[in-house]
Amino acid sequence: MTEALQQLVNGLALGSIYALIALGYTMVYGVLRFINFAHGDVFMLGAFAALFLYPLAGGQPSVGGAILVLVLAMAICAAIGILIERLAYRPLRDRPRLNVLITAIGVSLLIEYGGQHQAMLGKDPRTFPDLLPATQFSIGGAVFGSHQLVVLALTLLLLIVLRFIVLKTRIGTAMRAVSFNPQAAALMGVNINVVVSFTFGLGSALAAAGGILYAMNYPSIEPLMGVMPGLKAFVAAVLGGIGNLPGAALGGLVLGLIETLVKATRWSNYADGIAFAVLILILLFRPAGLLGKTEVEKV
Amino acid sequence: MLEIKQLTVRYGAITALHDVSLTVKAGEIVTLIGANGAGKTTALRAISGLQRAAGGQILFDGQDITRLPTHETVRLGLSHVPEGRMIFANLTVSENLQMGAFLQRDAEVIQREREFVFAIFPRLKERLKQVAGTLSGGEQQMLAIGRALMGRPKFLMLDEPSLGIAPLLVRTIFEKIVEINRTHGITILLVEQNANLALEVSQRGYVLETGRVILQDQSSALRQNPQVKSAYLGG
Repeated sequence: MTEALQQLVNGLALGSIYALIALGYTMVYGVLRFINFAHGDVFMLGAFAALFLYPLAGGQPSVGGAILVLVLAMAICAAIGILIERLAYRPLRDRPRLNVLITAIGVSLLIEYGGQHQAMLGKDPRTFPDLLPATQFSIGGAVFGSHQLVVLALTLLLLIVLRFIVLKTRIGTAMRAVSFNPQAAALMGVNINVVVSFTFGLGSALAAAGGILYAMNYPSIEPLMGVMPGLKAFVAAVLGGIGNLPGAALGGLVLGLIETLVKATRWSNYADGIAFAVLILILLFRPAGLLGKTEVEKV
Repeated sequence: MLEIKQLTVRYGAITALHDVSLTVKAGEIVTLIGANGAGKTTALRAISGLQRAAGGQILFDGQDITRLPTHETVRLGLSHVPEGRMIFANLTVSENLQMGAFLQRDAEVIQREREFVFAIFPRLKERLKQVAGTLSGGEQQMLAIGRALMGRPKFLMLDEPSLGIAPLLVRTIFEKIVEINRTHGITILLVEQNANLALEVSQRGYVLETGRVILQDQSSALRQNPQVKSAYLGG
């Protein structure tokens, strides 16, 4: 029982991080109908931004410092995300979507292997500092790290903020309009470029938060650290129904739970494989995802 | 109000519009008629910036809007009800109208615009909470026009308002179009395949054929024109 509770919390914590990344994939897909494969690398840059900001925020574990590092790293990654779209994707807006997709893979490789260069982030893993004072406590015999609870609480907070932005603000309304039909949105007076930039900024900020939370729990970071979480978050977004925000959050949590449960069994070596098997099964049996609606193409 | 000079639009190697010139004066209803593929829709799309012009000039109230992005043309008071209506099918009627007032931030003004739209289309008021995708074709067309009116445009472009609508409702829609023009003073450019109806409600008309204006005249004169009669008015 305690074992199960502990695994549940582990799974939810991992799933929360997948959810934060998956939201960015799904939002960008919603407005532009393509998969930004460089998104996992923004996640990685979020962790590195926090590493470099840490000394500026006092260089000691503290709540205030952690919040400062988090907010600044999210802002930096938002700017990076907006810049990537401006420079790499916007010039290809009216071209076939495959061109943008391949460009996204190129941007991803550029960040990953450019980042490994000595002058950039370097190849060797770096130790991620303790942003927060860590404690452990036990409930009914199950032991939890405070970091795990921070992951859950922060993810919940970010989801609430995101929901508010998307449903209650003008820019959120514009995002939804663009994802329904970009031309109709433009005819209502929506500036599509502003919406696209905002979407990239928002998604990248969430990815940065995910990167920092991930690094707090797995405190060794390197330029390729975003590859696997990025791919799995992509699976999570498809699992939930690509383009669907609650779906991305749900898909992340489900995938995190599945992965954690598999790791607790003797098939733990296959945990990653099972994540991708989930993708294949979803595409075979429920291509629109858990919460996605099958779209009827009207002629 | 609108002046188009030698507009040319290309899709890749295909030229959809060749040197099309036309004018719409304030207060008029002007119609563009022509067969499928004549370039009617393309002309409207070029005006509202959904399609880039390859050459020529589009002036709106004397301002060059040829290269203006779509959302900027909306700001100037130009509203386009596109082909296929493009309503937000997953949103309710009320939310669709709200989207039509996207540029308006003042809640009181938005409420006034809603009343204005309900005065023209009382049916929309009855359907406020209904999801737009479940409306009949005619109601969807009313919603598309109502949504376009939410920003109180000076100039309204309608693309095939009769398409996919029960014949009885087509009459109603066209009566509403005349009302929008006469009572509310909104200038209208109407693209329509039903040439009979279009020439009945408009003051002037242009006939497009494979991307060129081949005729232009008073609508009453076009209805008597033997060429128009045989090609577009069913003999």
